[in-house]
Amino acid sequence: MRTSKKRRLYLLLGCGLALSAATGLSLMAFSSTLTYFLGPREVLAKNPAPGMDFRLGGIVQVGTVNTVITNNTPTTHFRVTDGRASIPVTFTGVLPDLFREGQGVVAIGAMSPDGSFAASEVLAKHGSTYMPKDVEQSLKEAGKWDPKFGPPPDASTWNTMNVKASGS
Amino acid sequence: MTYYSDMSEKILSPDAPVLGRTGSWLHRFANPGRFLRLAQPALPWLAAFSIVLTVVGIVWGYAFAPADWEQGDAARIMYVHVPAAWVAMAGYAALAVCSFFSIVWRHPLADLAAEEIGPVGAGFTFVCLVSGALWGKPMWGAYWVWDARLTSVLVLFFLYLGHIALIRAFDNRSHGYRAAAILALVGAVNLPIIVFSVQWWNTLHQGNTISVTGGSKIYITMLYPLLIASLGFYMSFLTLVTARLCAAIMERKTRALLLAAAEREA
Repeated sequence: MRTSKKRRLYLLLGCGLALSAATGLSLMAFSSTLTYFLGPREVLAKNPAPGMDFRLGGIVQVGTVNTVITNNTPTTHFRVTDGRASIPVTFTGVLPDLFREGQGVVAIGAMSPDGSFAASEVLAKHGSTYMPKDVEQSLKEAGKWDPKFGPPPDASTWNTMNVKASGS
Repeated sequence: MTYYSDMSEKILSPDAPVLGRTGSWLHRFANPGRFLRLAQPALPWLAAFSIVLTVVGIVWGYAFAPADWEQGDAARIMYVHVPAAWVAMAGYAALAVCSFFSIVWRHPLADLAAEEIGPVGAGFTFVCLVSGALWGKPMWGAYWVWDARLTSVLVLFFLYLGHIALIRAFDNRSHGYRAAAILALVGAVNLPIIVFSVQWWNTLHQGNTISVTGGSKIYITMLYPLLIASLGFYMSFLTLVTARLCAAIMERKTRALLLAAAEREA
């Protein structure tokens, strides 16, 4: 009785170890396909052929958003950056509500022959920060954070901040 | 004190042979009869705590917590989505632990618990997926994307469904328990994948907001209702599983008594 339980225990632990190793190795091998999007630098390094679909992800570069409306359809030009490289993107259609300068986005489409990215769909990638409007306002007024230029400061500086009622 | 044999079909039969095993503390604590005696009086308290915590967390989150500066009121879906996701994963971890006990120690209560955890865990996973989709459309611009986080949670949902089907698929219940336990343990590799997917790969799903070690990237009056709602969801899961488990044990008992009575008459 005792030994059969022990045998089952060791067998199970052995199987668990083998399974974890196998899963870990497969995930490492497939990590390029498990990635939902490529950053501008990866795209420039890989130089995908025009017309080949992929997802481009990064931050909407400040001061590059330019929307032109023709026949009631907006066409937006902007650059997606990872801080070092950037790629121009063209998208025709309505952008998600969270789209703004400094926001993370994922654009789905393909490179055009002229070196810009023609997006058929643009998704906004929300950050992991949750703060009330008046905290954001007071950080902005204090010059500590502008959402256009990157993520908010260290959470401990604001997540218990005492906001004056006037801020709303 | 009565100890039961390993054979789950016989455990609750009043005429089951009593094996003179001294048993570990675990066996003594987790025998179905004792579980019933402990759990039944606790059930109303568990239910009351679940309801109070869930209601306080949800009402605080939806009516009193501040809206997010960027997402506005849409951020409030996190007071359902995040607790549901945590419980979905914790539930699967509990399922895996039960399956481990079932395979190694052939513990009858672990088998019954695994059978009852499945549907409840699947329910919470479903809530997580649906609430996420409803948030995704206005915020991301898509109900669904095939990124690593979303896909691995969908796999979790299918693992639950597979377990629910498999554990009930055999005429001989103990075969179902064995097979389902193996499925649950194999599926447990998905748990770290869900947790770390947002760190290992680029995903559209955002990274972790809540951190146990560092500062959480959430304002304190939004964090409190989230934690209370989560505690409420955890307690609800515990209450639902306990209630189902009590019902399952009593069902077994009734069946065994009816069978014994029929045999006496024959």
